[in-house]
Amino acid sequence: MEYKLTFTAWRDRIRAGKYSGLKCKDCGTITFPPRMVCSECGSVNLDIVDVSGKGKIVTFTTCYAVPTGYSGPFVVAMADLVEGGRVMGDVLDVDPNKVGLELIGKNVQLGYKEFAGDYMTGGDTRLALTLKIIS
Amino acid sequence: MREVYVAGVGMTKFGRSEFKSQLELFGEAAMDAINESNLKPKDIEALFVGNANGDINEGITVLASHAAAEIGLNHVPAIKLEGACSSGTVAIVNAFMWIASGYADIVLASGCERNTVTPTADATRLMNSGNHHRYEAGTGITFPGLFAMMCHMYSHKYNIPLPQLKEYMCMVAMKAHKNGAKNPKAQFQKEITREQYVNSAMIASPLQMFDCCPISDGASAMVVCSKEVAKKLTNKPVQIVGVGQASSGGLSTQKDYSRPIAREISVQKAYKMAGLTPKDINVVELHDCFTIAEIVASEGLGLFDFGTGGQALARGETQIGGRMPINPSGGLKSKGHPVGATGIAQGYEIVNQLRGICGQRQVEGAKIGLTDTLGGPFASIANIIYKRGW
Repeated sequence: MEYKLTFTAWRDRIRAGKYSGLKCKDCGTITFPPRMVCSECGSVNLDIVDVSGKGKIVTFTTCYAVPTGYSGPFVVAMADLVEGGRVMGDVLDVDPNKVGLELIGKNVQLGYKEFAGDYMTGGDTRLALTLKIIS
Repeated sequence: MREVYVAGVGMTKFGRSEFKSQLELFGEAAMDAINESNLKPKDIEALFVGNANGDINEGITVLASHAAAEIGLNHVPAIKLEGACSSGTVAIVNAFMWIASGYADIVLASGCERNTVTPTADATRLMNSGNHHRYEAGTGITFPGLFAMMCHMYSHKYNIPLPQLKEYMCMVAMKAHKNGAKNPKAQFQKEITREQYVNSAMIASPLQMFDCCPISDGASAMVVCSKEVAKKLTNKPVQIVGVGQASSGGLSTQKDYSRPIAREISVQKAYKMAGLTPKDINVVELHDCFTIAEIVASEGLGLFDFGTGGQALARGETQIGGRMPINPSGGLKSKGHPVGATGIAQGYEIVNQLRGICGQRQVEGAKIGLTDTLGGPFASIANIIYKRGW
């Protein structure tokens, strides 16, 4: 069975400014980021749809001890998208040393950054979703 | 299914192994378990090895086969099981199935890891690969970071102010070290003060150094066998009365990090198989890789109501001598966490607690014990319930 929206195809659409997920034709759920099947009901009856990229932070942390290839501190958060789906992203334009629980519930706009891979990325670049606080 | 028993257990001291490889550590723990069971290696019919990163840390693949040869097993099936930090308990679950089905009568479940040889930043990158490798890992999220996000969500959900929650987390760390100080196998055999906790470096807010378990080396092993064999080998056989295991994807695929769903599915399976409830448990070894993880696990296992694990801890209920002693061994926090070895080391502690041979850290009269082991982004969780078999 053919994969509906592979990471590579998803990334091509992001590079073209479109944030794409899968809408289930059986239950209506939007799966973002994409998977083989609907995240809610497991159906493979899926359409590719573009989402607004607007969402809300549900939790976060500031990472101080960071992996090889990264420089800290930086803030990572989980955000629920308004159309459905949850993403992990780097939070932009905040002071990593000053963020606190007030970050939960903030409205964010999805973005991305792409940078060099390492020995674990299969010869590919790395991509990280980003979250910019809008209100 | 046939009844399944533990005849003997073994483990190395946990900590930094300067010279011994993970295979050599495995050999020591395995022979301790086999000797304690009054067996010879040739009696073992299959080998299960829990191991997460032996390939990257020390350049060993086909690890289970090398391990079997290391202790002179006679060309038996040898299987490596990888579920990140839950690998050891996953090995026990699979060993259980071989005995329960009647396919074998005596097998060895084991785990080993040598993590300290990898520099911390590289180990942090390695653990980062436990997230979805394309949609999540690129953020640079660290392993402590996942539990830090659990912690912030827990604080927000239950409206427990972060300074209050951190007081509870400090109590977890102090209890772990208090117990570990009485465990000759523990990596850190000394108590810590509140001041040391408060002043420790920030790792992933709000988790500080003393909220985190260490990076460790070590190995552990358990002879798993049929009832008939166990009764012949030892007068204190321990029965495995329940096993459970469940999985989840990365954090993007989960909703409520204060209640990892895989744990609830796994432990309920184990309780059901055993015909027991949380009230029947006398002693628990659970996955305190970070202090918040102990509080969250104590609730998910059904030991305390959701949102009240910290209060139970503050009342002393999880101390040795309390109503529900948790991690008398010192837990991952003080005993150490050589990833693949952890689940079987938890079993080692429970088996010895049920036998009543834990000295100063003994939970008096313990008859039934529970283990809980969590791997990856709350992604692989397995539970075992042990009961006195005599």
